[in-house]
Amino acid sequence: MNCDLCREKLDAYVDESLPAEELAAVDGHLRDCPSCATEALARLQLKRATRAAAARFSPSPEFRLRMESAIQKKRRPISKIAWAPWLSAAAVALVLIAVSSTLLTRHAEREQAVAELLDMHVATLASTNPVDVVSTDRHTVKPWFQGKLPFTFNLPELQDSQFKLLGGKLIYFNHNPGAQLLFELRKHQLSVFIVQNQPGGLPLGSGVRQTSENGFSEETWTESGLRYVVISDAGAADVHGLSDLLRAAARQ
Amino acid sequence: MPHFARLYNFACWLTQDRAAAEDLVQESFVKALKGFSSFQQGTNFRAWIYRILRNTFLTSQAGLKATVPLDSDDDAPSEPATTETPESVLLARVEQQTIQKALEELPVNYREIILLCDLEEMSYQEISQALAIPMGTVMSRLSRARKAMRSLLTAGSGGTEG
Repeated sequence: MNCDLCREKLDAYVDESLPAEELAAVDGHLRDCPSCATEALARLQLKRATRAAAARFSPSPEFRLRMESAIQKKRRPISKIAWAPWLSAAAVALVLIAVSSTLLTRHAEREQAVAELLDMHVATLASTNPVDVVSTDRHTVKPWFQGKLPFTFNLPELQDSQFKLLGGKLIYFNHNPGAQLLFELRKHQLSVFIVQNQPGGLPLGSGVRQTSENGFSEETWTESGLRYVVISDAGAADVHGLSDLLRAAARQ
Repeated sequence: MPHFARLYNFACWLTQDRAAAEDLVQESFVKALKGFSSFQQGTNFRAWIYRILRNTFLTSQAGLKATVPLDSDDDAPSEPATTETPESVLLARVEQQTIQKALEELPVNYREIILLCDLEEMSYQEISQALAIPMGTVMSRLSRARKAMRSLLTAGSGGTEG
């Protein structure tokens, strides 16, 4: 892939809307091309800044009350007149409530899952024994999980990168065993959580997803039936850098 | 009332007037309740209700005054190149207000597609349904909209540099 073609795909790339094949091609190009990688990061930053700036207007409590009252009025007289419209209005209300509560529940579950993993990351950093297997050698850390997890995963070769592996430990998340790996970049530490991507297990959505909150950045994606979540205060670009290395290793 | 607050925010950006936005949201919800039978089960509810709001806006006074016809992508003016400043450096200096100002200055068809994608995090498929345009148009319009946005931000940044 050349730079022109890559730039054409960058909007869809930051919108997580590229098909898998094109995503891999763009990922590959971005690893080798600092100029396009800078452009991709800039577009991602603009998207995030736009999201923050655009959430600007909130309805007043008076307007909300007025709306609720208006909708109530629409329903009440109908119920006295005929069954069919009443049933229709009731069905609408039920569907609206169901849709609303499903969306709210999904959002709340996702927030809870992220918060829980963030808590685990912070607790790990605060611990005097942050990892159970202490080693910078991936050939020591990976085998340590054998027999402890119902799945296996690849760790990237870090010799030519800024990241350093510190070790790993077994975690339980949503009643399922998983791996937490700890990496270091400069003075920052990054946690990588790997769990099985079971339906309803981790409500984090699909595809690559990046968020930042409370000074921590998070990137999550699924690969070969596993859910990866990278969390750190090292910054979104560094989190993305480690995520890229992990994705590449998983595809080997 | 699902999506009430977000629809209100979207309506404010479309109309750029709070009173008009309230009217628009109220009218859209009334239409949604009345026309629920036209909502096809299994299709996207969010895209459906945003589409109602947008169509209501287009037929309102404010919508009729919109300076750019909403479905005229083919003859949209091309935007100037914006490569003079690295965006990462630019964005560090750009205040939230500058982004809001740029959004306000965008033609409404560019503004709405950026809001649906970046703020509402709709997929291209959902945007296609909400705006009633093909997927290819979603991608090309979004690309033009972001280019225009970057252009406005670059111009805004140049004007405030001291």
